[in-house]
This record gives sequence, structure tokens and C-alpha cells, in this order.
Amino acid sequence: MARKQASVSYEVIKGLWDENPVLRSLLGLCPTLAVTNSAINGLAMGLATTFVLITSSIIISSVRNIIPNQVRISSFIVVIAAFVTVADRFLAAFYPLISKDLGPYVPLIVVNCIILGRQEAFSAKNSVFRSLLDSSGMSLGFILVLLALGMVREILGSGTLFGITVLGDWFDPWMMMILPPGAFLGLGIFIALANWLNARRAKA
Amino acid sequence: MKLILLFISAAVINNFVLSYFLGICPFVGVSKKISSALSMGMAVTFVMTITAVVTWLIYHLILVPANLEILEYVSFILVISALVQLVEMFVKKVSKPLYETLGIYLPLITTNCAILGLALFSVLRDYEFMESLIFGIGAGAGFTLAIVIMAGIREELELAKVPKPFEGAGITMIVAASLALAFMGFAGLISV
Repeated sequence: MARKQASVSYEVIKGLWDENPVLRSLLGLCPTLAVTNSAINGLAMGLATTFVLITSSIIISSVRNIIPNQVRISSFIVVIAAFVTVADRFLAAFYPLISKDLGPYVPLIVVNCIILGRQEAFSAKNSVFRSLLDSSGMSLGFILVLLALGMVREILGSGTLFGITVLGDWFDPWMMMILPPGAFLGLGIFIALANWLNARRAKA
Repeated sequence: MKLILLFISAAVINNFVLSYFLGICPFVGVSKKISSALSMGMAVTFVMTITAVVTWLIYHLILVPANLEILEYVSFILVISALVQLVEMFVKKVSKPLYETLGIYLPLITTNCAILGLALFSVLRDYEFMESLIFGIGAGAGFTLAIVIMAGIREELELAKVPKPFEGAGITMIVAASLALAFMGFAGLISV
């Protein structure tokens, strides 16, 4: 293997910042923008994606030597789609309200580039254990961004947090933040902030 | 009449990129030049139209009669990736110049969430066959419109001074925000 084996703990930590899927690699932008109009939706989406990412990483890394190279992408997609169906049915059965809010964005996890990207870049070449660490780290990084963006947008856009009013009557909700423009604006500022922090850290 | 309204609704009011956030990856990745943005938009419209027809047929003629709706996602994504490959071979055989223009963008369309999103929306909203077809064309036109406008703005941005941290993806998002705000002006024009 050309790539140097990283330490076990680094496999998890890298997903949080150094290789954060959203802020650094710009993957999975569609769900990040679409479902972060409230903190709870962001969290639910993050957890659903985590489930799919971790389970499909385990399956794919354990059968990585059997899959012929030419059909690997299609095979990955079928495994991912199967787990997405599981996640979708689970949400619809136990959390119908959230499932209704997220709408078609749950089945769209199938084409979330973070998941396919990690299978191609990592699980297809590494052991089950390392893939498990890698996918947990990546999911955690994804959840953190979704949650942070969801919280910011919910506070500014409706003055609440997880549905509880945090800003009093004096606050005039900034409606735009929970609508599409707010999503682009929020993510743009988040990405710039991450770049700025990274540049500062590199200098120090 | 209803079909015309549906087309307008899919193209501008509920623009796939700016109000459903579908197809953000090519929107950010292939919007540096107007010419390549236009090719991408055409390729997506082409695939979307065919996908709308084929997934409608599969869902209503195979999955529903066989009571296999649970296989919806698996079959849709397989069909889309096969379709993209077919389209690629077909375009290569029929029109060499078009194939060269679309080039690398064609295979990339498989993982474009706008395509799968289109198939899911048309099942979710119970579209008839014709509605599904028009919805596909309209959504493709809307995608093309958004990505071409974006490319136009970004060509001008090349000359502007952008704060360092905002360079690249950051400023693209901010521009998209103002575009989305502008497209919100279409809301309430008609309701379908």
C-alpha cells in the first residue's frame, strides 16, 4: 500500500477537521443545505447518514476482495441504496414527523457523495476495523456541521433552538435564514470561517 | 395549460438548484465558464428527460403491479447509472461533436442528485406520464438557467477582489444566496 498507515486515533479525528467532508472536501452539500432549516432536522439527517455510511462501510470493506474492479461503483451503490431503504422505512415508522419534514432528502442519501466517496477512497482498500473508524469520524464531522448550521439558522430564522424559544419577543425573526438563501449564505460563511481558521493555524 | 404551468413551475419557481438544493456539486464544480456550464446544463436536461420517462414506466408498470415499491431506490439508481452509460454510447455513435462537448460531464451525471431527485419527486407527487415528462424537461431547463447565470457571474468575479478566506467555494455560496433570493421573487407566480 502506497499510503502510510495512519495511527488508529487519527483515522477518527481526521474526519472532524483535517478532512471534514463538508468544510474541507465540499462533499454532501445538497443535504447540508437542504435540511438545516432547524437543528433537529439537521441532527436527524446527520444520524441517518451516519447509519448508512457506517453499515455500508462495514459491508463493503468486508467484501472488498470479491468485487470485480469494473463493477465496483455499481456494487457500492446497490449496497448503499439497500441501507438507505432501511433508514427511510425506520424513520417513517418511528419518527413520521421528521420523515415528513425531510421528505425526499432521505432517499437522496443514496447519491450523497460523502458515502460513495468514502467507499471508493477508503473502504475499498482498507480493513473492516479501519473502515469503521474512518466512517465514524467522517459521520461525526458531518453531524457537527449539520448541527451547527441548523442551530445558527434556527436561532436567526425563527428565534428558537430545538423548537424552544431562546430569543424573546424583542427579536424579529430573520425569515430569510430558514429559506433557501439563508442556507447558501450560512454555508458560505461557514466555509470561509474554516478556511480562515486553517490559514491562521498554518501560520502559527 | 396545466402542462405549461408545470413547466414554468419546475423551471423557475421551484428551481431544482436554488430552492431544492439538488445538483449543487456540478453547480459549484462546472460553473467557471459559460460554455462548459451550458454543455453541462444540456447534458443534464437530456438525461433528466429520459430518466423521467423510464423511471415512470418502471415504477408504474413493474414495481407497483408486482408490489415491490420497497425496491424503488435500488432500482431507480441502477436504472439511472445504466441509462447514463447508454446515453454516453449513443451520443458517441450518433454525434461525435456533441460527444466531445459533453465529454467528461456525462458519466458525472450518475451521481448528480438532481436526477434521482427528479424520479423521486415525480413518484411522490403522483404525476401522470405526460406530467412526468414535462417535469423532467422543465427541471432540466431550470438547472441550465441557474448554472449558466452562475457561470456568467463567476466569469466577472475573476476580476473582483475577494477576501482570501472566501475565495473559491465560499464566494460561490454567497453568490448562490443572492441568486436564490432573486429566484424567490418568482414564488407565488402560479401554484401547481
